[in-house]
Amino acid sequence: MNTILQKLTSFLVVLALPALVVFATVHFGNRRGTPDEISYQNRADLDKKVDHSEFEILKQNYERPQDLTAACLSCHNKRDDELMSSAHWKWERESNLPNDRGTVSIGKKNLINNYCASAQGNNGSCMRCHIGYGWNDDTFDFNDPTNLDCLVCHDNTDTYKKRKGGAGMPSTAENATAEFPVPDYNFIAANVGKPLKENCGFCHFHGGGGNNVKHGDLEEAMLNCDRYVDVHMAKAGQDMSCNDCHLTERHNITGRAYSVSSENTNRAYCETCHTNTPHNDKVIDMHNHKVACQTCHIPIYAKVNPTVMYWDWSAAGRRDENGNPITEYDVDHKYSYLSIKGRFVWDKDVKPEYFWFNGTADHYLYGDTISEIPVQINTLMGEYRDPDSKIWPVKVHRGKQAYDTETREIANVKVFAEKKGEGAFWEDLRWDTAIQLGMESAGRYYSGNFDFVSTEMYWPLNHQVSPKEHTLKCTDCHTRSNEGRLANLAGFYLPGRDYAKGVDYTGFAIIILSLIGVITHALMRIFARKH
Amino acid sequence: MEKIKLYSRFERFWHWTQMALVILLTITGFEIHGNYTIFGFEAAVRLHNASAITFILLGIMTIFWLIVTGQYKNFVPTREKFNEQLKYYTSGIFRGEPHPTKKSFGNKLNPIQRITYLGLLIMIFPVQTLTGVLYMFYHYPQNPIDASGLWIAAVLHTFGAFIMVAFVIVHTYMITTGHRINTNLKAMITGYEEEPAEEHKTENQTA
Repeated sequence: MNTILQKLTSFLVVLALPALVVFATVHFGNRRGTPDEISYQNRADLDKKVDHSEFEILKQNYERPQDLTAACLSCHNKRDDELMSSAHWKWERESNLPNDRGTVSIGKKNLINNYCASAQGNNGSCMRCHIGYGWNDDTFDFNDPTNLDCLVCHDNTDTYKKRKGGAGMPSTAENATAEFPVPDYNFIAANVGKPLKENCGFCHFHGGGGNNVKHGDLEEAMLNCDRYVDVHMAKAGQDMSCNDCHLTERHNITGRAYSVSSENTNRAYCETCHTNTPHNDKVIDMHNHKVACQTCHIPIYAKVNPTVMYWDWSAAGRRDENGNPITEYDVDHKYSYLSIKGRFVWDKDVKPEYFWFNGTADHYLYGDTISEIPVQINTLMGEYRDPDSKIWPVKVHRGKQAYDTETREIANVKVFAEKKGEGAFWEDLRWDTAIQLGMESAGRYYSGNFDFVSTEMYWPLNHQVSPKEHTLKCTDCHTRSNEGRLANLAGFYLPGRDYAKGVDYTGFAIIILSLIGVITHALMRIFARKH
Repeated sequence: MEKIKLYSRFERFWHWTQMALVILLTITGFEIHGNYTIFGFEAAVRLHNASAITFILLGIMTIFWLIVTGQYKNFVPTREKFNEQLKYYTSGIFRGEPHPTKKSFGNKLNPIQRITYLGLLIMIFPVQTLTGVLYMFYHYPQNPIDASGLWIAAVLHTFGAFIMVAFVIVHTYMITTGHRINTNLKAMITGYEEEPAEEHKTENQTA
């Protein structure tokens, strides 16, 4: 009886209870939290639209779009003040640069990029995306509210398309084409409303001269995509529009593009809807201290159409034997060589590169001399120890572009003109005049000597968020593999990736020595017993 | 043959639970370290964290038990018979000589065991716990405690894990060095050790 009781006790304390503890540990420990669900009503569905077709003033015959703007402002007064202080209008804003570089007024108006180098000097083409009418040159009146283009953002008919090369002026009876007819102002005015994806996309999808050239995560396919391409904008999903995330008050649109922005203010955040503990799971949520949502949730970009990864202007200018410009295509039927633009590398389903980023960025400014190559056109600031920094997925656009070999400054280039003989590169394929004129339009000195230099531009990714099944997995980063997403991101210890070689080697040596020790000891015992 | 009570019910529960947790911690720990894949990284992390918390809870219970029962005295190091014990392991054991230390409920560890287990209790466990907690809660530099980007905590934690594995290897082998090959294992299961009477005699004579 006693021994049975003893055996039962032994079974309990030696096997049953420890097993129970381990089972409970495994059972409760290996649970992943259920992510919080967000219910969201799209802003477009929130209120009933005013029926603009009932307003007599909008039924007039409009010769000039400026007159229609005046009609808009006659009811929507003071909105012009909001717009005329915005970066969409000014193309510059006061920005405090990092690295103690002080406060400067910068923006698309006066910054260099590594696509067509600069908007400045190419007004006819680039200012098509200005929210005004006819910013052809310095004579454009930024103080005239009727120069504001309300329709480009508020047209809900998807028929208002501004013609190419018109510096933001829509077609008139003189220059209308089948592709860009004179807009039907009465029809459009009767159907204005909050901006749709199509409105924002008209410019933001096509930066750099074509669909998805610049951003890589913003393109036409998102007008009608499935959840795999973008969980937020999917037609068969929440079907959100840009302003659902880029919340807007009084024409101040949140969100930053760091190709032109510098400060960590007025940004649009995932956390606004999703909170900073959306997974409802401690281990995963804690990543948000140092890892941007985008890092895991945008595992690839350019999911539908390719984006430009490399643009080499130094190859531009070649002509065929008849003296005509050349066009070559890659396997995806995207142009890989254009005489007017140079050599291109496109890519699709691209894995981002990863950087520490704290929401501030530096920029190459006129007058900066080249100190490191590749030249950083915009520099994302941040490092592990900086409390505001997170790991961010980034499209890096690499290229080669013209610079003045004497002053060692990146050059503006006049690429666009309406016709040949005006010195624009796209028309005449001559670098000397194109750089000369580009520099002149920016009011900069040019020595007359140029060459090409490698440059890099950084585009933090925010769009084309994948469904949760397609997010990064732990071992995409927590791995010793050189293929790991964070294989090159230094400055901190990443479990699964990092280890101290000396400690590991010493550790394994200790284990091996212990094994040798006990085996030798055991053999000696066996041997001794036999004698 | 004489039956001596060595290990109380709590001690045996403590020992075997701790064994299971240490095995779980080791397997998952080295998976997180990047040495192999068994559970998958995410499961390994969750299991490692969970077993670490259970380990800490068990540790708190055990410290309490050691103090209130006075059993902590078993881990106080002594020089008495230290050399004899060392001699036994390095030569006497091969000649079939008897154990130099007599075991009892209040003195269940020989001098070498005392110093080894004390080292485990006051060095390895606390270092692993402390670095583990840093790892779990303070791995970002903006926390009140700057763990210096986790490097020091992680490297110490890894080194502690290697020592722990080495301990387990030697410890597992030492089980076989009892009077019989299974004497020690049986004692940790039943709580009682069967010691031959003559060994006591030898003990008494030399003492």
